[in-house]
Amino acid sequence: MELRPILSTLRRHKTAAALIVLEIALSTAIICNALFLIGNRLERMNRPSGIAEDRIVVAEWTGMGTDEKELAAITRSDLAALRGLPGVVAVSTVNQTTFGNSSWNSGVTLVKDQDQSNLSASVYLGGEQLLDALGLKLVAGRKFNADEFVEWEALQAPGSKVSIPSAIISQHMADKLFPGENAVGKSIYSWGEEPMRIVGIVERLVRSRDNSEEDAHYEDSMMFPVHIPSGRYLIRVGDPTRRDETLKSAIELLKRNSLNRIVMEEDSKPFEQLRNEYYRQDKAMAWLLVAVSAALLIVTALGIVGLASFWVQQRTRQIGVRRALGATRAQILRYFQVENFLLATLGIVIGMLLAYAINQLLMGKYELPRLPLYYLPIGAIALWLLGQVSVLGPALRAAAVPPAIATRSV
Amino acid sequence: MFGYYFNLALRSFKRNKVLTALMVLAIALGIGASMTTLTVFYILSGDPIPTKSAQLFYPQMDPETRRGYVPGQDPQFQMTRFDAENMLRQKRGDRQAVMSGGAISVTPDIAGMTPFRVGARYTSADFFPMFEAPFKYGTAWTATEDAKRDRVAVISKKLNDKLFDGGNSVGKTVQLQNTAFRIVGVLEDWRPTPRFYDMSSDRYGELEQVFVPFSTSRDLKLIVNGNMSCWDDDKESDDDPEGQYGVNAPCAWLQYWVELDTPAKAEAYRQYLSNYSDEQRAAGRFQRPTNVRLSNVMEWLDINKVVPSDVRLQTWLAFGFLLVCLINTVGLLLAKFLRRSGEIGVRRALGASRREIFVQCLIEAGTVGLAGGVLGLGLALLGLWAVRQQPADYADLAHLNPSMLLTTFALSIVASLIAGLLPAWRAMQVAPAIQLKSQ
Repeated sequence: MELRPILSTLRRHKTAAALIVLEIALSTAIICNALFLIGNRLERMNRPSGIAEDRIVVAEWTGMGTDEKELAAITRSDLAALRGLPGVVAVSTVNQTTFGNSSWNSGVTLVKDQDQSNLSASVYLGGEQLLDALGLKLVAGRKFNADEFVEWEALQAPGSKVSIPSAIISQHMADKLFPGENAVGKSIYSWGEEPMRIVGIVERLVRSRDNSEEDAHYEDSMMFPVHIPSGRYLIRVGDPTRRDETLKSAIELLKRNSLNRIVMEEDSKPFEQLRNEYYRQDKAMAWLLVAVSAALLIVTALGIVGLASFWVQQRTRQIGVRRALGATRAQILRYFQVENFLLATLGIVIGMLLAYAINQLLMGKYELPRLPLYYLPIGAIALWLLGQVSVLGPALRAAAVPPAIATRSV
Repeated sequence: MFGYYFNLALRSFKRNKVLTALMVLAIALGIGASMTTLTVFYILSGDPIPTKSAQLFYPQMDPETRRGYVPGQDPQFQMTRFDAENMLRQKRGDRQAVMSGGAISVTPDIAGMTPFRVGARYTSADFFPMFEAPFKYGTAWTATEDAKRDRVAVISKKLNDKLFDGGNSVGKTVQLQNTAFRIVGVLEDWRPTPRFYDMSSDRYGELEQVFVPFSTSRDLKLIVNGNMSCWDDDKESDDDPEGQYGVNAPCAWLQYWVELDTPAKAEAYRQYLSNYSDEQRAAGRFQRPTNVRLSNVMEWLDINKVVPSDVRLQTWLAFGFLLVCLINTVGLLLAKFLRRSGEIGVRRALGASRREIFVQCLIEAGTVGLAGGVLGLGLALLGLWAVRQQPADYADLAHLNPSMLLTTFALSIVASLIAGLLPAWRAMQVAPAIQLKSQ
């Protein structure tokens, strides 16, 4: 295929050619970044939590002017009753739930009175069954012993000398605090002045919510053995299909067990629902990006169709002459396709540079990572295909121009 | 002339239906997307209290101990109870209020209605006049009631409708957290957007339904919601029965606002804050170098990056999309005008000036923009409807207002005129003689 005639024709239509190149460049740049953002959201949404999500339900209630002693008594009685429900494997109170709306975080240091903390970790407090209720996987050490548990009220009492003896931390946090060493048996300082011995490591335990704080990694979390009367129960069932029915009976049970409280039915739900709600906005954003990308492709395609049609119409006589001089239909068709390929290539090259420029801007503004290289060929192939498909119609019309038209004046 | 050109433009549309439809569609899509995101952006970044946003200030200081100090760090975002109550007593502003979010149970005195929980705000008397909260019945409580820790409450219209069928409930009692409170006022519908006075919770949520004196809330140990930041674990004095909510607790968890009617007063207050901070350091409470701030409402919103980054990103994306749509329109207009080269050549030969050709082409472009604007408006309404189906807490606010409606048309017409400039300029260059010859 001789490129020279195409190039010289394009040189005479600089403006229109430049517009197509510019449009393709912008589309490439935006679509590459949009795909990248979609990828980021999906990755975020698919982070594992380390929790047996399909088997947990959360039930919540709140007191009405009840004092702390009474709250603790109600909690004890609830726990016993909930554990008696059929199909229930473990029940625990908890101060915060992953994907819930509250978050407890604390700085962790390795040395007493250290000036700057080593990291910030999310803090989970709960009773003997918390680890089982969450369905966490213990990879080293042991669970808390019964004698390690302290009461929240005792911990909070004025002038209290009670301290928390031990902690179970996530693998990620253990690796960060004690790289290359076994963290079990070592001590950390976080709540109070006394050291806490690490007795166990769980494979994965994540923050209740993403935290914008620095040094706050999503997987840095720990558990303390504290009986907390929080009005929030994690109930784990053995069989996921019985989850909803268990939630229903748990709510009934709570309502019956003490009348002097409000059972928060709208806040009591299966854990998977909490996850869906937590990521709803990410999902919506991902769909929006998909919609804009699709609209961009459509608009770009329409632009190519429009301009290509115009060119075909303008060059009808020229095409006729070529046909009369012996050019085949296939050659005419190929002419327009090669022309589009050249324009698209130029647009894609500029678009990629632009994609990186936009990415730089986003990196600065929204703390996004660098655009991985493999997004570029994906965008390029999409735009090439789009160009070829869009130009096909007008090119076929051009190929259909009869040679006889050369003899006619327009 | 304008009417004639407009008429010509419409005729030209009829001749080139597909091309025109493509252009109108492209502009409409671009305008629809931009106006949807721009409206959301406009709603979220608006001034929640335009009459007073320059006179309301949020003071900040750094009450922490030396430990963990990093120079250049922001001061604490909230106030400790000790400082807030101290400053409230010292009354250095025209008005001032301490506040915190909370949750409270309401036990209705209506047969068959079970107790429920609502959002609450614990604050002091000046809150209402300071933020110009509109009252439907009754009034705010006074400083006297604050001091006496009275069990008084102001409730929202929504709660009043639920409990008292919308009637005047002033003087009646309501059971909050199993304690009887006397209602002194009922608010009108009021929704400052964003809920600027507390950036630590639901920023675009609805107004709290119950307001009670801060002093009373501490007396009854009502449930507090929101952020709390504590330091100084080894504090000897943590024998306060109120724990972290106690007066001496090393915890920042309160919002504090002050009204200063003139810039001079604001300057004086800044000095006061600085002196206060110095005094506290001298007393050994503060240990870090004096680091105070006094931000007015808009500055405070800015510091808190109140517009979600997703919304900013969407706005950028939509304008990128609009740009592509416009380039597309430039190309199509160019094709359309140059296709008419013959006609233009004849007009030029018959004496039309270049300027006239240019104006005619621009009017045609503007007409495309007008049509695109109408369709784009429809798409924007559809887009805003989609936004309202979203889970975000600002979703129900996404409505087009009259000024955004005008902006839609202005944007659409201006955009299409800009898109028309190049094609019109090229059309105007068509030489009369050559065109006639080549025919």
